[in-house]
Amino acid sequence: MKANYVLGLIGSLFTLTLLFELLRRRRLREKYAVFWVIVAMATLVIAVFPATLTTAADLVGVEVPANLLFFGASMLLLGVSIHQSYEMGRLEERTRTLAEEIGLLRLEIELNRPSSMSEDPDGHQDPP
Amino acid sequence: MPTPSLSELRVLAVVPAYNEQASVGRTVRELQESYSDLDIVVVDDGSVDETARAAQRAGALVCQLPYNLGVGGAMRAGYRYALRHGYDVAVQVDADGQHDPTYLKALVDALDSADIAVGARFAGEGDYHARGPRRWAMRLLAFTLSRLAHTQMTDVTSGFRAANRRAIRVFADHYPAEYLGDTVESLVIAIRTGCTVTQVPVSMRIRAGGRASQTPFRASLYLLRAVVALGLALMRKWPTALETLSEDDL
Repeated sequence: MKANYVLGLIGSLFTLTLLFELLRRRRLREKYAVFWVIVAMATLVIAVFPATLTTAADLVGVEVPANLLFFGASMLLLGVSIHQSYEMGRLEERTRTLAEEIGLLRLEIELNRPSSMSEDPDGHQDPP
Repeated sequence: MPTPSLSELRVLAVVPAYNEQASVGRTVRELQESYSDLDIVVVDDGSVDETARAAQRAGALVCQLPYNLGVGGAMRAGYRYALRHGYDVAVQVDADGQHDPTYLKALVDALDSADIAVGARFAGEGDYHARGPRRWAMRLLAFTLSRLAHTQMTDVTSGFRAANRRAIRVFADHYPAEYLGDTVESLVIAIRTGCTVTQVPVSMRIRAGGRASQTPFRASLYLLRAVVALGLALMRKWPTALETLSEDDL
């Protein structure tokens, strides 16, 4: 029990410090940090009061409390990765739109540019 | 809606091109000959070769994307250009020379009775034969799309198609970038948003460069991807009516 206690304490305190530091340096956005702070807090509570985990395991009917912890942790991580895939998809869609718009803007600039400044050095392009 | 006569229609050819420096110039020149008063925009999909320069020399407008987006990205940019510049018709033509521009007029004419006209290989003309899983995939796609469109569709993966204003509007907003999304799913979206589809018999030419996937493994993979793409397209939520962005928003 002693090792669990120490490991849990170190883990959660380390996470909290890291989050604090990342937030302070503005490397992490609040909306993501909030989630991890909650996770670190929960870990801290379980580390300091292992009875909470045992009680929870009893309530749900899990025989080995650690299994409940592993289950919860893996589901949490799964959820986080799915959320990240979702966010990545959204970002890809946005960069795609931006790339298309940049292409169209370049074309518009080219169209509005006087023909003497046309990019084609060979002068093959017909003046409008 | 009164349809203006053919000569009054403003037609834009959109040519998505990725590393097609060898064939894009010829495609553009053939397009110019095939239809009077045709504007041509080549969407250079992040090519690393001289595609943009070749297209420009041939006299096309060139929209250069900063990196490769795939046919879907290139086409959506093309449809947005068509929408913003008020074209009546946008025709999609591949840069590799596979699509014969002499059929362009037939595609545009077919828009009298539908919102989208697809140039199809199997509808009487053409000499394309597929076997095994690839054939099953094409059968499945053709069958499902025909049911959806309430009309005979034989070649739904054809990238040779014409769209009127209504369809341009849908495609300017929704044009999937995924594999098969640019052909199959975009048709599903168009049908779901209330566009009507028709097909025009065309014969395709031998591609200048690439080749269709012929090994059994690749054909099976194609079938699998077709099933996934089709399933997703049918499941997805699309705007049921035409509630796409207004022109000011785009």
